[in-house]
Amino acid sequence: MNEIAAAHSIGAHVPLIDGPDKVSGRAKYTADFVAPGLLAGRIFRSPYSHAEILEVDVSAALRLPGVKAIVTGADCDKTFGVLPIARSEHPLAREKVRYRGEPVAAVAAIDDATAKHALDLIKLKVRELPAYYSSKQAMAAGASAIHAHRPNNVERDVLFELGSVAQGFREADLVREGTYDCAEVCQNQMEMHAAVAEYDAIRERMTVYASTQVPYYVHLMLAQILDMDMSRIRVIKPHVGGGFGCRTEALNVELIAALLARKAGGSVRLVINREETFITHRGRPQTDIRLKLGMRKDGRITAVECECYQRGGAHSGYGIVTILYSGSMLYAIYDLHNVKYIGKRVLTNTPPCGAFRGHGTVDIRFAFESLLDEMASELALDPLAVRRANYLTAPTFTDNDLMVNSYGLPQCVDWVEQASGWRARKGKLPKGKGLGFACSHYISGASKPVNWTGEPHATVKIKLDFDGSIVVLSGAADIGQGSSTILVQTVGEVLGLPLSRIRIVTGDSEVVPKDNGSYSSRVTFMVGNAAIDAAQNLKRVLVAAAARKLEANPEEIECLGELYRAGAQDRGLTFNEVVVEALKDSGTITVTGNYSTIPQSHGGKKYRGAAIGGTMGYSYSAQVVEVSVDEETGVVIVDKVWVAHDCGKALNRLSVEGQVQGSVWMGMGQAMSEETAYHEGLLVTGNMLDYRVPTIEDSPPIEVGIIESNDPHGPFGAKEAGEGSLAAFLPALTNAVANAIGVRFNTLPVTPDRVFAALEKRRRAGNGNAGKASNADPR
Amino acid sequence: MARILELVLNGRRRVDAVADNLLLLDYLREVVGLTGTKTGCDGGECGACTVLVDDQPRLSCLTLAAGVNGQRIDTVESLAQDGRLSAVQRGFHEKLGSQCGYCTPGFIMASAGLLRRNPCPSEQEIRAALGSNICRCTGYVKIIEAVRYAAELHAGGVAP
Repeated sequence: MNEIAAAHSIGAHVPLIDGPDKVSGRAKYTADFVAPGLLAGRIFRSPYSHAEILEVDVSAALRLPGVKAIVTGADCDKTFGVLPIARSEHPLAREKVRYRGEPVAAVAAIDDATAKHALDLIKLKVRELPAYYSSKQAMAAGASAIHAHRPNNVERDVLFELGSVAQGFREADLVREGTYDCAEVCQNQMEMHAAVAEYDAIRERMTVYASTQVPYYVHLMLAQILDMDMSRIRVIKPHVGGGFGCRTEALNVELIAALLARKAGGSVRLVINREETFITHRGRPQTDIRLKLGMRKDGRITAVECECYQRGGAHSGYGIVTILYSGSMLYAIYDLHNVKYIGKRVLTNTPPCGAFRGHGTVDIRFAFESLLDEMASELALDPLAVRRANYLTAPTFTDNDLMVNSYGLPQCVDWVEQASGWRARKGKLPKGKGLGFACSHYISGASKPVNWTGEPHATVKIKLDFDGSIVVLSGAADIGQGSSTILVQTVGEVLGLPLSRIRIVTGDSEVVPKDNGSYSSRVTFMVGNAAIDAAQNLKRVLVAAAARKLEANPEEIECLGELYRAGAQDRGLTFNEVVVEALKDSGTITVTGNYSTIPQSHGGKKYRGAAIGGTMGYSYSAQVVEVSVDEETGVVIVDKVWVAHDCGKALNRLSVEGQVQGSVWMGMGQAMSEETAYHEGLLVTGNMLDYRVPTIEDSPPIEVGIIESNDPHGPFGAKEAGEGSLAAFLPALTNAVANAIGVRFNTLPVTPDRVFAALEKRRRAGNGNAGKASNADPR
Repeated sequence: MARILELVLNGRRRVDAVADNLLLLDYLREVVGLTGTKTGCDGGECGACTVLVDDQPRLSCLTLAAGVNGQRIDTVESLAQDGRLSAVQRGFHEKLGSQCGYCTPGFIMASAGLLRRNPCPSEQEIRAALGSNICRCTGYVKIIEAVRYAAELHAGGVAP
């Protein structure tokens, strides 16, 4: 018995605790709640990009037998939006439609066929208005306003200069400028958006099941849109089939389902199809970047000037935050001074953008790491040496007041250099093959949540009762990233108990504490720390009970998980005996754990919006990508990726590997094939064939190196692992292609068409002349 | 118009009257209530709805229910036997071939179909067999590991 040891799982390979449900088909997603009597919902969408609504005539549709309710903009004059300062969107358009596909009306009917038929009977009369499909068009002089409160169609202007770029460029040995154009991309998560709304007309209560990353924000917006007291609303988040950021704000889908359910006095299931899911969008905006860097001969960066235009779409969404991240996250990866940033978030008549994985940092990082590579080449420096000349020294604060406490980037760079055989192989590969290198970083949760209430950033409850099972109650939304597994591991580690003794309840506002949600890679860091606090509080209660029973002082009690004892010779108490003793005081035990970020992490005040970018810990990533380019067809094959990610401490190595591989691969999609394209506002890539994501046959082996910098504030030293490795893939890919064929692509995605056109252009210009690396966009 | 559909679904004989335009996917999910099979796209794009028809992987979203009359249909719900996960299920669970889990039933059925006809597939054969299934979470690396591991388990006697 003296050999009993506390159980540990932190740092191990732990399969997801809900894995058995997912592999057996038992896991229920929102659309799986099939029940008799559920009404089928359908949305009538605008066929116009920009128009004044004259009439929405639903009279014929209402007369169709089987139609139970129709809602239009007339049913709801409230607005919603994730940022309290930018709530300008109606769940169903009022007065104006602003993009093709914007919801105008919705039907609830006895079955889907009837609902679909009813849509055909709805008549929309409008007066069309000029529509703008690019940032440039929308900002042009004389363009009419898409939203009256934004007369020049600029949602947000950001401008800051910290240090002096003029001075910095004077100190440089080489100054270069590049322009970059990144296509709009969409999360395209596997589960299409769905909501089931159940309205109890007798008690006047609303229950909504939603495929969301942020049940709490959905709760807030339901109350606002329905004009109902929050206490009458219950939000349930079942299993969610991915999100990648498109579900980090309440979407019109769940709001419309609730409006329909209330009007019908019943329950409505609204599952939108793949094309509609693309149109609901909230992806990464099309971005135009002009970047100018100054560099000394030794690779030291002396100045950064960056101009960034994001085509945000028809509504604000997270837009203000996105354009701020693009500026603030120039920092915290390298030691930069003399930085100027000009950012404009532009309103256009396209579906609204949002917070795609790597929020705001990806396209900027693409530009930055591309230009570094180009300048390294011109100065005959190794691209790795250029990064090494610009490392931060942690702990430090950046010029824009971001707090960096742990910094594993040097170890990441060293790891990929070794693993890829960089020194021996770079420049020595056969014709058509190349190696490319780049770095990236990301936050572990925004230190200040968008909806600031003054509460702790995260709260976890633990319940312990007569049965001796530990029940963790958390609002953290597991969307497949494995947050529930991490929280169970965390609690188990503190209590020394095996995972089999611990259960977790999430995703039901009736039971679990509020949580801000799964976005900005906040959950492991914030909620993980709250779970540690809760488990420590529970441990104190158990140790006190054991001490009482063993007639010892609490300081003498040794907790070995399943055994509590007062010294090595003591027979001790089993966990269940301790529980019996502990319950004598209070009956069922519940404890709370909280976590709050420290004020030093809240970002700065040097410019408006400087708090964006503030976090408790930054993750770091370095990547080497190896490609083969077929010069006859323009096809680029990624042969292999080596990626090192500094996640502070890998709480679950299996999860970290999976998250990092998934991020790299998602970056690959954006770099090589993904693009949402529109023809006069009409989405022409609204399916998974035209919106081309890499298949298993296109996808490379991805070797992951885990770097552990042990952040002083992270739970067990951990930082984020699910986003930071995405951005580096894009420039590592184009750097590899430049290395392979001598052509640099500053326009994404790098499709075979573009590669072929660039090679053709070079062939025509004269054989063997690689020319200056240039933007090879055939458009 | 309704037709009589008689089939063996997950090992059990079943007879239903179904509309002749009812998709096999909707029959499984809405009529029978087997919601393990997922809808991921607007038809034939993603593979999430893959089931086995007489051991062959088939997209149930492009198959009429009435068209499988007299055939044997296996969905993801059929694989675990006697309370034990199958080799492919264990592979996807233990090797993290499944993150959000939404594409997982389709991948698992396509993989089970592969192992039933080729118990020891090469990596190239695994990639080819899963080429019409899309996963948005994993980057496929651990899916390949999952299927390789499943093949090992299968070689050791675990049903695919």
